Amino acid sequence: MVDTQERPASGDMAAPATSTAIAVNGGEAVAYALRQIEPEVVAAYPITPQTLIIEKFAEYCADGLVRTEYINVESEHAALSACVGASAAGARAITATAGPGLALMFEMLGVASGMRLPIVMHLCTRALSAPLNILGDHSDAMAMRETGWVMLSGSSPQEAYDLALVAQTIAEHPDVMLPCANLVDGFMVTHAVERVDVLPDDVVREFVGEYEPETSLLAEGSTATYGALDFRDYYFEHRRQQEAALYRSQPVVEEALKRFGEISGRSHKIIEPYMMDDAEVVLVLMGSAEGQVHAAVDAARDAGLKAGALRIRLLRPFPTEAVAEALSGARVIGVLDRAIGFGSVDNPLLSDVKSALWDQSARPLTKGFVYGLGGRVVTLGQFNQAFDELRTVLETGETPGDPTYLGLREDGEVPA
Amino acid sequence: MVTTTPVTLPAEIRWHGRGGQGVVTASRLLATAALEGGYYPQSLPDFGAERSGAPVAAYTRIDDRPPTMRGPVDNPGLVLVLDPSLIGNVDVLEGMAPGSAVVVNSIRSPEDEQERLVRDDIVICTVDATAIALELIGRPLPNTPMLGALLQVFPMVSLDTMVEAVRKQLSDIFPEGVVDGNVAALNRGYESARSTGQGVV
Repeated sequence: MVDTQERPASGDMAAPATSTAIAVNGGEAVAYALRQIEPEVVAAYPITPQTLIIEKFAEYCADGLVRTEYINVESEHAALSACVGASAAGARAITATAGPGLALMFEMLGVASGMRLPIVMHLCTRALSAPLNILGDHSDAMAMRETGWVMLSGSSPQEAYDLALVAQTIAEHPDVMLPCANLVDGFMVTHAVERVDVLPDDVVREFVGEYEPETSLLAEGSTATYGALDFRDYYFEHRRQQEAALYRSQPVVEEALKRFGEISGRSHKIIEPYMMDDAEVVLVLMGSAEGQVHAAVDAARDAGLKAGALRIRLLRPFPTEAVAEALSGARVIGVLDRAIGFGSVDNPLLSDVKSALWDQSARPLTKGFVYGLGGRVVTLGQFNQAFDELRTVLETGETPGDPTYLGLREDGEVPA
Repeated sequence: MVTTTPVTLPAEIRWHGRGGQGVVTASRLLATAALEGGYYPQSLPDFGAERSGAPVAAYTRIDDRPPTMRGPVDNPGLVLVLDPSLIGNVDVLEGMAPGSAVVVNSIRSPEDEQERLVRDDIVICTVDATAIALELIGRPLPNTPMLGALLQVFPMVSLDTMVEAVRKQLSDIFPEGVVDGNVAALNRGYESARSTGQGVV
């Protein structure tokens, strides 16, 4: 059949595809994306709050809606190991986990990135034990930062779906060939049922394409070796290549997000500014607290403070220049960490943001905040307090070195 | 007679019940119906260590734009209490402004329930949801009769849209008889709810 439809001229934005609005939670939204991607292999071990993804996907498998080999492994270490094997063999492989599950995967995180395998992981962010806690924070994601994965973070079920598709194309891009994680905030996104606009299956399949690796263990005539012994001779060079590939991924991420914007009408960027044009006092964050932070920006502006917010969507590779550029007009910057970097100079996100700002000619004052650990309820009042403290920093020109713990109970105070 | 304040967006709703009564499902069904009605909904369960019979909560937000706030509802315009034994143990009316509404699964009249709740500035609606569920579903699951009853004080979703949403969602999980029973319970909840005031658009 001849397609007579006129193609948009190169560079023109194609009309967004017709979406369908469904009411699903973030976990189901990711599962929906997995059904559309239909990878050759999914290997996962159930763990709260990731179970919503894999239960739904297992249902798709059982109903015959996908031909994926679904491997219900005995542990998370095995889950990622199975993905490593499948990916090295040339298959598209996906996993999903959370908190302690990620911790159990740790050895294989570096194996996946070091072997340059484009595995995608949907990480439903969860607190780490002990004390035992199933609820959401970013302790797991922050522990993963230096394992060589591309890391994307969303703030809503819609974004969980969108980034699940985008992550696939980033990981498998020939310039990248690295594993990619889609961070989905535990409970606040995984379990929130919201309207999610899903793209037609054929549009998604065209967007993610077929996965055709340049080489693989099972490719005909392949002479490739995976996971070889590598001592004084080439280990250093391979690590350097791996690092270069991770930095090379940033333009690929930007291009993938742009291409996704063209088919969906939703144009995500590597950073998400809010009221930043003239902002002097800025809160930087990652993840699902965005609504409360934006409301606090609005309240601070009503009170005469030139407030703004910046959300980090690409955590690794950290978009140093973009963050520095976005914050170039700010005088006081507060950074919200939903994890503690035990014993570090600063908590993880503050550490990244401060490093990004160090080489700037005019360095702003910074202040750290910790919030929402172990699912502690995140409120507008906490970020109003943060802006109050940043206002004091602006007025006095002095910033205390210690972070402020938002929503932390004083000694002896009883839970509500 | 108290009249509810007109709904301002986002509408914020809080559900109280006990594990196993279908609180999370009810919140989700309302969100699904709101989507069918053209809104952007959000349904968020409150999590702890879920056990059958333990107090649980869920939150529904309904807006004309994508929701941004993710967390508990502190100042609900509508509260649903699926288990009257929670009253006195859980502060089910916490954060409710005058002119808001509460629907209680109760054998009592709304006036009697008002005496127990000690609030005369909110609309109180009662429905014997457990009896309806036992008769029409065969199990003491009060959630679908409550979904019908809430329509008496919360006019953002029409009965038709609610019926449609419940039918569609439950058909994915349950056989036709169970779905029909739930739809009948929803309708009966709508018809038999009694209130100290009225909901306005």
